[in-house]
Amino acid sequence: MALLEVEQVSVQFGGLKALSNFSFALDVGELVGLIGPNGAGKTTAFNVVTGVYPPTAGTIRFDSRSIGGEKPFRINRLGIARTFQNIRLFAGLSVLDNVLVSFNQSIGHGFLGTVIRSKKHLREDAQHEREAFELLDVFGLADRANLLASNLPYGDQRRLEIARALATKPKVLLLDEPAAGMNPQEKIDLTNLIRQVRRQFQVGIWLIEHDMKLVMNLVDRLTVLDHGETIAVGTPGEVQANPKVIEAYLGEPV
Amino acid sequence: MAIGADIDTTATAAASRVPAWVSNLAIVLVIAALWPINALLADRLNPYFFQVLIVIGINITLAVSLNLINGITGQFSLGHAGFMALGAYTSAILMRHFSPSGAAAEALFLGALLLAGLMAAVAGIVVGVPALRLRGDYLAIATLGFGEIINVLIVNTETIGRFEVGGASGLHGIPIVTNFFWTYAVALVCIVCIWRLAHSSKGKAFLAVREDEIAAAAMGVDTTYHKVAAFVIGAFFAGVAGGISAMWFGDLDPESFRFMRSIEIVAMVVLGGSGSVTGAVLAAVVLTVLPEALRDVRQYTGGQDLRLIIYSLLLIVMMLVRPEGLLGRRELWWTRRRTPAAVKAARALDVPDANPPVA
Repeated sequence: MALLEVEQVSVQFGGLKALSNFSFALDVGELVGLIGPNGAGKTTAFNVVTGVYPPTAGTIRFDSRSIGGEKPFRINRLGIARTFQNIRLFAGLSVLDNVLVSFNQSIGHGFLGTVIRSKKHLREDAQHEREAFELLDVFGLADRANLLASNLPYGDQRRLEIARALATKPKVLLLDEPAAGMNPQEKIDLTNLIRQVRRQFQVGIWLIEHDMKLVMNLVDRLTVLDHGETIAVGTPGEVQANPKVIEAYLGEPV
Repeated sequence: MAIGADIDTTATAAASRVPAWVSNLAIVLVIAALWPINALLADRLNPYFFQVLIVIGINITLAVSLNLINGITGQFSLGHAGFMALGAYTSAILMRHFSPSGAAAEALFLGALLLAGLMAAVAGIVVGVPALRLRGDYLAIATLGFGEIINVLIVNTETIGRFEVGGASGLHGIPIVTNFFWTYAVALVCIVCIWRLAHSSKGKAFLAVREDEIAAAAMGVDTTYHKVAAFVIGAFFAGVAGGISAMWFGDLDPESFRFMRSIEIVAMVVLGGSGSVTGAVLAAVVLTVLPEALRDVRQYTGGQDLRLIIYSLLLIVMMLVRPEGLLGRRELWWTRRRTPAAVKAARALDVPDANPPVA
């Protein structure tokens, strides 16, 4: 049984079926892609797995436990972390504080402990800061820890989002178009970074990306969505040769 | 843009140079020192200035506690005067009923203040849980409604059982127990609590909720819990401030806790800089002293009382010149920046046994 299992999930908004009968499975250490034209339902798939929307139908299981319709913060605490298509950093907080927010869930002391600065509070705060710096170091952001997140260059903001998600110690990491808006060199760096994350943090990675070269280079297998329907599943080679996929992207042959 | 503006200068306790027990002891000593200062001031200061000083202390507590809700957690509340009223009436009714004297008065006063805070905190839960589902303007209206409901309830209640509430004519003859010591001890405790929350790893969750609720939830922050917690902690201190105020003036008028009072406190938070604890303190001082200082303007305007007009104009000018408030989100003094080295040093201090020095 896979770590994350999505079975026949549908999401409907009024008359619009954003996602229909979507099935998917992901295990630790796997790197799987999700592609499709604009409006195909990719981000909807992420949102339903992370609890932003409840599924209209179908089941989502994580660690053999049904999580469909759970609250986003609970799903994150179980071990699913994500980044956002349009960057959603805590813009007014420092780079370090952005990562520290993710450690909030593992704090063992209460508000009172914070107010009187108990030993446990000091120990935990020091430990979280240390871990945050170690993580920022992996992403080359340690020397910018005190900058406001909104003042980071674009590529660094995308990387900080990944760092922040990893700080929640996930088993599965969902990356929503991490390369969007990046230049070719940044994309190469990002590819290496994603490989490194997969190795170093031993997470399963589920990746939405429009850059085909990047996706095909990285993933073990991928799902292709179009109008909420799954039109192809397979290895990059299989998917690229699939006539339905070519049709979805380029239109019907004349 | 100033160089400091793009750098976050808040520090957490872990990176703080001062050990926790030293700062805790210092706070206790400062509070203890307020006692002799109280006697000194009561003897020498003219009663008018003394009263202004007390009102400053009450407003500091109100502004700093509202800042946790409005500035730090980003939930725009207009109900602070309602929490203050609950605290004021709770403690005043108790003190009037038992009308203690001597040392018993001080002891009961402390109990009444705590109960005032607890009553307001409970109201904070009751109002917060449903109201905090709303955002922005809608939350502001809902909390405004709460404040007005409290007012209507008080105006229409003459007695609760054997306790006199006073209804529309207000509550009079409350024992006057508040002094400089109590006012500023409460203000100091409030500042320390909210400062330490805002500048700790645990408190980052409040800031995260303000910055982006969806992202905060996706990072495992229970956003509802933190919004209600901010509301409850803020309400607690507003209730205590209400008790301090009631036992200073000796009379309570339900009209004085209507939404204009809430607006006054919001003005302090906004003027000081939403999210800045020291900014709220500064603005509470400025906005309490300013209308008083302007009383003297009358002699230069041929007896016309232009006080409120000048006060309003000054507020408008200040917001035009510094829309982010006096301090923005920064604090009055620079705190140490955190570096990996600073973290390592903190680690060495905290766990001395981890790497025992080799002899």
